[in-house]
Amino acid sequence: MSTSAVAVSKHRAPGFWQSTNGKKIVMAVTGCILILFIIGHLLGNLLIYAGPARYNAYAAFLHFDDTLLWIIRSVLIVSVVLHIEAAAQLWLRNKRARPVNYSRKEAIRSSYASRTMYWSGPIVLAFVIFHLLEFTGGFIHPGSRFIAGDVYHNVVAGFSVWWISAWYIFSLCLLGLHLRHGLWSMLQSFGIPHSRAREVVLKRLALWIAVVLIAGYISIPISVLTGLVK
Amino acid sequence: MKLDAKIPSGPIEQAWDKARFDMKLVNPANKRKHTVLVIGSGLAGASAAASMGELGYNVRCFCFQDSPRRAHSIAAQGGINAAKNYQNDGDSIYRLFYDTVKGGDFRSREANVYRLAQNSLNIIDQCVAQGVPFAREYGGALTNRSFGGAQVSRTFYARGQTGQQLLLGAYQALERQVQAGTVTMFPRTEMLDLIVIDGQARGIVTRNLVTGELNVHIGDAVVLASGGYGNVYYLSTNAKGSNVTASWRAHKRGALFANPCFTQIHPTCIPVSGDYQSKLTLMSESLRNDGRIWVPKQKGDKRRPDQIPADERDYYLERRYPSFGNLVPRDVASRNAKHVCDEGRGVGETGLGVYLDFSDAIQRLGEHVIRERYGNLFDMYQRITDEDPYKVPMRIYPAIHYTMGGLWVDYYLQSTIPGLFVAGEANFSDHGANRLGASALMQGLSDGYFIIPYTVGNYIATSKLDKVDDSHPAVQQVVSEVQQGITSLLSIKGKRTVDSFHRELGKIMWDECGMSRTAQGLEKAIGQIRQLREEFWQNVTVPGSGDDLNQSLEKAGRVADFLELGELMCIDARDRNESCGGHFREESQTADGEAQRDDENYSYVAAWGYTGPDSAPALSKEPLEFKYVYRSQRSYK
Amino acid sequence: MKLTLKIWRQKNRDEKGRFFTYPVENVNPEMSMLECLDVLNESLIERGEEPVAFEHDCREGICGSCGFMINGVAHGPQSATTACQLTMRHFKDGQELTIEPWRAAAFPLIKDLVVDRRALDRIIQAGGYISVSTGNAPDGNNIPVGKDIADRAMDAAACIGCGACVAACPNASAALFTGAKISHLGILPQGKPEQDRRALSMVAQMNTEPFGSCTNIGECTAACPKEIPLEVIATMNRDYRGATCRKRDDLVQVVAPVTGWSSSSKS
Repeated sequence: MSTSAVAVSKHRAPGFWQSTNGKKIVMAVTGCILILFIIGHLLGNLLIYAGPARYNAYAAFLHFDDTLLWIIRSVLIVSVVLHIEAAAQLWLRNKRARPVNYSRKEAIRSSYASRTMYWSGPIVLAFVIFHLLEFTGGFIHPGSRFIAGDVYHNVVAGFSVWWISAWYIFSLCLLGLHLRHGLWSMLQSFGIPHSRAREVVLKRLALWIAVVLIAGYISIPISVLTGLVK
Repeated sequence: MKLDAKIPSGPIEQAWDKARFDMKLVNPANKRKHTVLVIGSGLAGASAAASMGELGYNVRCFCFQDSPRRAHSIAAQGGINAAKNYQNDGDSIYRLFYDTVKGGDFRSREANVYRLAQNSLNIIDQCVAQGVPFAREYGGALTNRSFGGAQVSRTFYARGQTGQQLLLGAYQALERQVQAGTVTMFPRTEMLDLIVIDGQARGIVTRNLVTGELNVHIGDAVVLASGGYGNVYYLSTNAKGSNVTASWRAHKRGALFANPCFTQIHPTCIPVSGDYQSKLTLMSESLRNDGRIWVPKQKGDKRRPDQIPADERDYYLERRYPSFGNLVPRDVASRNAKHVCDEGRGVGETGLGVYLDFSDAIQRLGEHVIRERYGNLFDMYQRITDEDPYKVPMRIYPAIHYTMGGLWVDYYLQSTIPGLFVAGEANFSDHGANRLGASALMQGLSDGYFIIPYTVGNYIATSKLDKVDDSHPAVQQVVSEVQQGITSLLSIKGKRTVDSFHRELGKIMWDECGMSRTAQGLEKAIGQIRQLREEFWQNVTVPGSGDDLNQSLEKAGRVADFLELGELMCIDARDRNESCGGHFREESQTADGEAQRDDENYSYVAAWGYTGPDSAPALSKEPLEFKYVYRSQRSYK
Repeated sequence: MKLTLKIWRQKNRDEKGRFFTYPVENVNPEMSMLECLDVLNESLIERGEEPVAFEHDCREGICGSCGFMINGVAHGPQSATTACQLTMRHFKDGQELTIEPWRAAAFPLIKDLVVDRRALDRIIQAGGYISVSTGNAPDGNNIPVGKDIADRAMDAAACIGCGACVAACPNASAALFTGAKISHLGILPQGKPEQDRRALSMVAQMNTEPFGSCTNIGECTAACPKEIPLEVIATMNRDYRGATCRKRDDLVQVVAPVTGWSSSSKS
């Protein structure tokens, strides 16, 4: 028998998690969960403009049942872990898929955001860890004392340090980039087909959602720095 | 040699039924013990290989491309005919049969054509079931268009890519059988010779185009579906790889070659732009439905087309053929274009081109209608020529497109070598001296899906096939001859490239054996080709070695065969002193310059036998009888 | 016009390749990219050198044989155009063109600009068909197919299998190719009965080949000479997701990728 055609040896098919499509579906679902969190988190944080009392009350409300809080946190942690695990595995696979690189390669249609997912992701992760250490744990809190329970104070004090605000703004912009592609990519990976015309609309929608979310978040450190929120 | 076409007796309507009933069947359990070798993976090859795989034969399919999906059937644009009569315009099997025989200028075999028309119905059904996305009406029914001057709408199409979609259907059916294990696919593998043992075709010798290895494949039957030989003209609408090698080597092993001079010249191709030109691009014939063809009345008029007023334009087809106008058949349209260019009235830089003008249609129907009908073709034209056909008339010129001639086969598609079957464009059978538009796809699929699987089975069931293996002396003999051929090509180390020979051969063929032919010109061409062939074997240079991917070597082998075939084509054209279909002999024309057939002397298939490298080919004639279609002179006035 | 062609030359998969620079004079702006290579090759042969191996066949943009990177873009700068239909008028006199083969683990190099794309055939083999044997088809008009459905199927079916999508994808993913076939057959009523199995099998084979993953960035569709829409990838993922949920216990099998070409002559 010739081998120049195809092998007859049959393999077991890769399962859901082994397939790139399966991993991307996992990333889409976990990404969706994380986006919902980002929206909720923003809506809560915007209460800072309503003054210390309501903001702190909101923070307290989040803690009204620790079991429930931890269930939600677990969901988020699992999502983050799966999202990263899938991304990391795909990244490795993608490196292997092109062992010899092009000497020259132009990007013709892809957005800057979509091409930078692999480094906007890790930076956002580092930011989230920093964020948790600063505002949830209170381990990093330069320039002032962390007061558990007085979230309003912690936020205002934290953002009063210019470089912390700068780091937040930078990271949030990257999160925006990540969301801009992620929101659209999620639909594709999960398998919600759209015609080419609708694709354009949806991509624009994804951009605006990302802009609005990030503008909302960034407004807080800026307000603190400019003294709007004291 | 006495040629027996084995046409079943009795009425033509029942001939194929009768033939099928009379065939012997192979026991289903035994089918997998029989190996069938299929050369080529175009419409005919892929469909034959897939269908025989489905029946349970052990099939091996070979193609020189990197994938069976690349075969040149993929480039067919217009559509596929079928006598479905979905449009209720009076079509029938008999009408399709009649049109095809008449269109072929009474040089095809009636029984074959009738079967083709019958099978056309099943082809559409089969392709729809495979998922070919044919154009549809809003209500979901299949839609049709009229094509190539036919008076009924019987052409099914999938945008301008019908060939692609049909081929992908056959390719997918083939890949399904590869998955099932009944077909083994050999891509990048070229057949270089046929093994004939005890008078039966029993195998082939192939070259692995990546490693250069020569391999022997033994089988119980060989199906050649390797396409046509239009590339003998160098410039044609064929793919660069299309070649005659498989057919020609089979011819040299004893298969007769029928009507080699019957070639089709397509009137609407983009003209040649320079001597670097490597191939010609077809613009679908459907353009002639709305475009008007003209040249300036005055010789050497170099004005821009929009500066030439209407009364200084010659709409020569409308003038000469008032009833058919721009929709005359391909051969007539081509010949007239050549004629006006020969008069010095051709347009474009080279003077080899005529205008195909849409301005009237755009005025009448609006640009959007034209865009809807031909948008993709206009885009392609603009891509290649950088001219906007919505504003400037297209320039077109005829080009070699299809070859009606091919290996001689009987009603069962078996060549004169038992066990060697020939399907699709590679055989000669159905189109006579001129092929109608949208009939090539039909024939390829009819042969592959609905004829070859039966007739090959019948052959296997009725033949005594001894066991043969690689060590058989005849096999070793063929292998060493093939090896010798390759070694000698590599060892000439002359001065000229393969392409330069090919170009020169093409020029001779186009000038003397192209759109119009004369005994004198053909005689001259034969001499020139012989000389060129001699020079080729002394002065060609083939760089590289035989044991890796060597595209020059592949080309050299193919051009060597074209150099032999070209001579045979000229001999055949010289011998046929009549004009019929695409074959126009200047000696045989009516007073007003139309083709004049000579039924008394030339109503036969000319089948040529190979007698050796330096001796004249031997002619055998298969007389053609017409019991159903009344013979008449074609007129489109 | 004059051009400088910087072309990747590599004798075979095992030997190291490198760029060679060739000046080409007398380039006619009407020439296609492949005709320009023809001219170069003729001069190489006349000088006694080996010509540049590149894949080509129909030269009218439909067979899918040709294709390489031209200045970092698959099939060159003109959109919806294969290398064989790309005319030289799109380049400037004196320009340097960097020409290199498709690069992907799934497309092992054979020689110079020629790569092995059998992985795409194997994906089709896994299920890119409708299982209807010759002869058992009902009348063509028995199954009505709406015009919009037929048109959408045709959009996806226009794929020529050239591999530009894989080449243009930063991850060398074959999602557009696979999605196109899953969409073409899945949209049509004839293809519905096998929709689940087809998606599972084809996706499984695609993942068995060393292609990367799709990150939905759209470089593939931008490079695609037939402009296959990104929608087909979403359709593939939808069919795959649905099929995974509904999966019965029939085993989906894949074949191991074959990269060798050598054949022994035993029959």
